Amino acid sequence: MTVITSGEELGKKIAEAIPGSVVSSDKTSVMLESKSLAQVAEFLKNTPGLDFNYLNFATAVDYIDYFELVYRVLSMEHNHSLILKTRLYDRENPAVPSLVAIWRSAYFQEREMFDMFGIKFEGHPDLRRLLTWEGFQGYPLRRDYL
Amino acid sequence: MEIVRPEVNTPQEADAVEGAYINSLIADSTSAIPDPDRWIDEAVHRNVFLTTTDTILAWGRQRSIFPMLFATACCGMEVISMSVSRFDLSRFGMDVVRFSPRQADVMIIAGTITWKMALATRMIYDQMAEPKWVVAMGACAISGGTFRESYSVTPGVNRIMPVDVYIPGCPPKPEAVIFGINRLHAKIIKGTMDDPMLSKP
Repeated sequence: MTVITSGEELGKKIAEAIPGSVVSSDKTSVMLESKSLAQVAEFLKNTPGLDFNYLNFATAVDYIDYFELVYRVLSMEHNHSLILKTRLYDRENPAVPSLVAIWRSAYFQEREMFDMFGIKFEGHPDLRRLLTWEGFQGYPLRRDYL
Repeated sequence: MEIVRPEVNTPQEADAVEGAYINSLIADSTSAIPDPDRWIDEAVHRNVFLTTTDTILAWGRQRSIFPMLFATACCGMEVISMSVSRFDLSRFGMDVVRFSPRQADVMIIAGTITWKMALATRMIYDQMAEPKWVVAMGACAISGGTFRESYSVTPGVNRIMPVDVYIPGCPPKPEAVIFGINRLHAKIIKGTMDDPMLSKP
């Protein structure tokens, strides 16, 4: 079984390394500032003892007031996992740094999020629609679609 | 809608071409295509009788239909169970399931057809040799079913190609599919004179 890392402990570590990046943290997850997402991801991947080298999934939720991105990362070496969250309050042009350079498995997940929610991932190598076709109008999983 | 193959070099170009085709297909399919064999009923009502040669040809044709399985959703399970020993589709000469449209006579559309898939469906239909028939199986293929209001699903496969037989159900039982195959046989042999299921009221 994968051990779920305490988000409170890890949140302190992240806040020490990258000041101003953690909004809040609880038992299972760490809430981050969306701007510092890539920095935190790099820290989590490259710090000895943490070694989060695998992105399990990335998804988005529309809470009408904001979009919440959810990333679950885990470490193959230490067998522990963590959930990262971040909120985007801009509905017109939601943008967040891409994590493809750090975790390759974010490639298709970010394309799907772009397709379904219209979230722009800055630095994604090939950001285009994945499930719907080119020329499709709107973003179907948004709560205000239709 | 006509499909020509332009030269594409990158996935982005291919995506753009495919998107343009899908959009034109959606624009073209706003209403259902009527059944092309509707004249059979009218001809029978005008007392036009068939010649012996036609009858014999149709009888032969009826008993050696090669189906093309086009299973996109759960209806495919029912088609599989229909074609193996318990329900035994080979009783009707349909035991050779072809996966090439060029060798198939009837296309059984078993499942939801999305707009992205509709392009491939239409291409496969165009590749089938005449005479060809289409069976729409299940609520999704008939009308879109639960997903009729969805942004990505065709509201009935009869928007993109003419359909000969509709088999309702979600999914239809194998017996229902066999009944539909029987109706297709009746349609092929044009035996509509004493068939209340096919003649108009």
